Amino acid sequence: MSNVWGLYNYWIVIFLMMTGFYIVIARGNLIQRVIGLNIFQISVFLLYITMGKVHDATAPIVLDNTVTFSNPLPSVLILTAIVVGVATTALALALIVRIHEAYGSIEEEEILVGDHDQ
Amino acid sequence: MTQNSLPVLQIAIPLIAAPLCVVIRDRKIVLACTIAVCWATFAMSVALLHRVLSQGVVTYELGGWPAPWGIEYRVDALNAFVMVFVAAIGALVITYAPSSLEREIARSRHYLFYVMYLLCLTGLLGICITGDLFNLFVFLEISSLSSYALISLGQSRRALMAAFQYLVMGTIGATFILIGIGLLYQMTGSLNMQDVAGRLDPQRGTRTVLVAFAFMSVGISLKMALFPLHAWLPNAYTYAPSVVTAFIAATATKVSVYILLRMVFSVFQPTFAFDSLPLDTGLMILALTGIFAASAAAVFQTNIKRMLAFSSVAQIGYMVLGISIASEAGLTAGIVHMFNHAFIKGGMFMAMGCLALRLGAVELSDLRGAARRMPWTMFAWSLGGLGLIGVPVTAGFVSKWLLLTAAFEAGKLPVAAMLLVSSLFAVVYVWRVVEVAYFQEPLQDQKDVQEAPLSMLIPTYVVIGLTLLFGVWSSLSTGLARQAALALLGAAS
Repeated sequence: MSNVWGLYNYWIVIFLMMTGFYIVIARGNLIQRVIGLNIFQISVFLLYITMGKVHDATAPIVLDNTVTFSNPLPSVLILTAIVVGVATTALALALIVRIHEAYGSIEEEEILVGDHDQ
Repeated sequence: MTQNSLPVLQIAIPLIAAPLCVVIRDRKIVLACTIAVCWATFAMSVALLHRVLSQGVVTYELGGWPAPWGIEYRVDALNAFVMVFVAAIGALVITYAPSSLEREIARSRHYLFYVMYLLCLTGLLGICITGDLFNLFVFLEISSLSSYALISLGQSRRALMAAFQYLVMGTIGATFILIGIGLLYQMTGSLNMQDVAGRLDPQRGTRTVLVAFAFMSVGISLKMALFPLHAWLPNAYTYAPSVVTAFIAATATKVSVYILLRMVFSVFQPTFAFDSLPLDTGLMILALTGIFAASAAAVFQTNIKRMLAFSSVAQIGYMVLGISIASEAGLTAGIVHMFNHAFIKGGMFMAMGCLALRLGAVELSDLRGAARRMPWTMFAWSLGGLGLIGVPVTAGFVSKWLLLTAAFEAGKLPVAAMLLVSSLFAVVYVWRVVEVAYFQEPLQDQKDVQEAPLSMLIPTYVVIGLTLLFGVWSSLSTGLARQAALALLGAAS
């Protein structure tokens, strides 16, 4: 049982990852797909942060009486990955604005129909 | 001093030039600046290759932090070779770009195009040069984000949807790679590729390593558009501006093939990927299916850009096929095909840009009699087409010959037979265009269509000329590819 409960962070990661991935695949609304993509990316951020955590350890700040502290590197990496994620989302939203201007819709099916009529 | 800083300057110069161009804004100055930077980058990549060949592996520690802790740039025969042709295509395409952009992109946006172009080049070169896994992910995203933006600059509104779909698929691919890197870090506690390789068991991994490997293989396959993960590619190439298609088609997927090579041979080791796990069989099946499916799809396209895009998917199959044979000959064939195909497809898409400039559209029906109005452009296109088929004296022949030899050496006769049959598809789709352009009567409303301007024709002919040069003088490209293959296998043993 400790394998199930002890790893609960990883279960959350997998749940979020699959949720995000499903939204990206199943939804036709472009904004919803971007949200799905975000959930998918955030699950990976959580995965990194979880792996940096050491049980019963403090934050990685040098104090006189601390013996063990968590690994700061994954958090630092994730700061970079968050920036990349924000840039991706910004670009995706900018594209959606222009798609809306050009097609008058952000539903993938309507957009494809619109192109078909041309 | 400058000699030792070459690896970092190669990345830093285009990276710093990009924001400078945003500040300058003036179209002409930005153009001059971009061209100068691209050629300087090319010169540096050649100097770097020369140094690697004479002195062996070149390394550079960023910020002076020693290797396993700091980020290390590590250049061996393979990435030096890949960087030379990526930088060469980058420089030639930007020299060709101005006239084509004039027609396809509004003047007020030109400076943004150049900025994105520089960033994309930075990202692609960065992927090649870095020896750090996380740094690789960052450069991958720099090149991908700028290429989504570049694609969305296309004239048709479909370019927007194509860019969005590429963005979704590309981000999933990159995130898969990020998961793989994270799991590897979890197992080894290191991000330096060499260090990670030293800490992984070259025979069999724990389940975490297996999962990391699976995520990475799928992520990289998405990025390099390996069949059946190629769905984003045809639309992206079709609706992007001509210049962007020429640049991205010639470089981006090849750099992703490089990531595959680096991961399999320098990080996971072929004993793990190919002997313990059946990645080689899997890649071979996908490569062959991809070659046939994509070539067959290319035959039925009426838009020529789309046809060439499907042909690109098939050509990725040839590269992956060479890698999946995994012998020295197979690897050499795969790597030399990366190089040859970069120039063949780059040249053909540049000729497409000339056609798009004068004809406005690139449907097969628009090309009727095009060879009479634009003889030089169509001749360049046809020479490229011969290269795709693999006719002797073109670079395409050299790579197909090496692939065949590798397949025979490995005793895979059915594979060799399929290779030969697949070339017939290329004959069909190239001939369709040649037939329409050379043997049909020109359209009446295209009476005053003229040949493309020299500023576009000359770079196109330089690229196409290079495919002929490396078809005859194949010892240079093949020799370099063999050195690269040996460096990979040497790292593996």
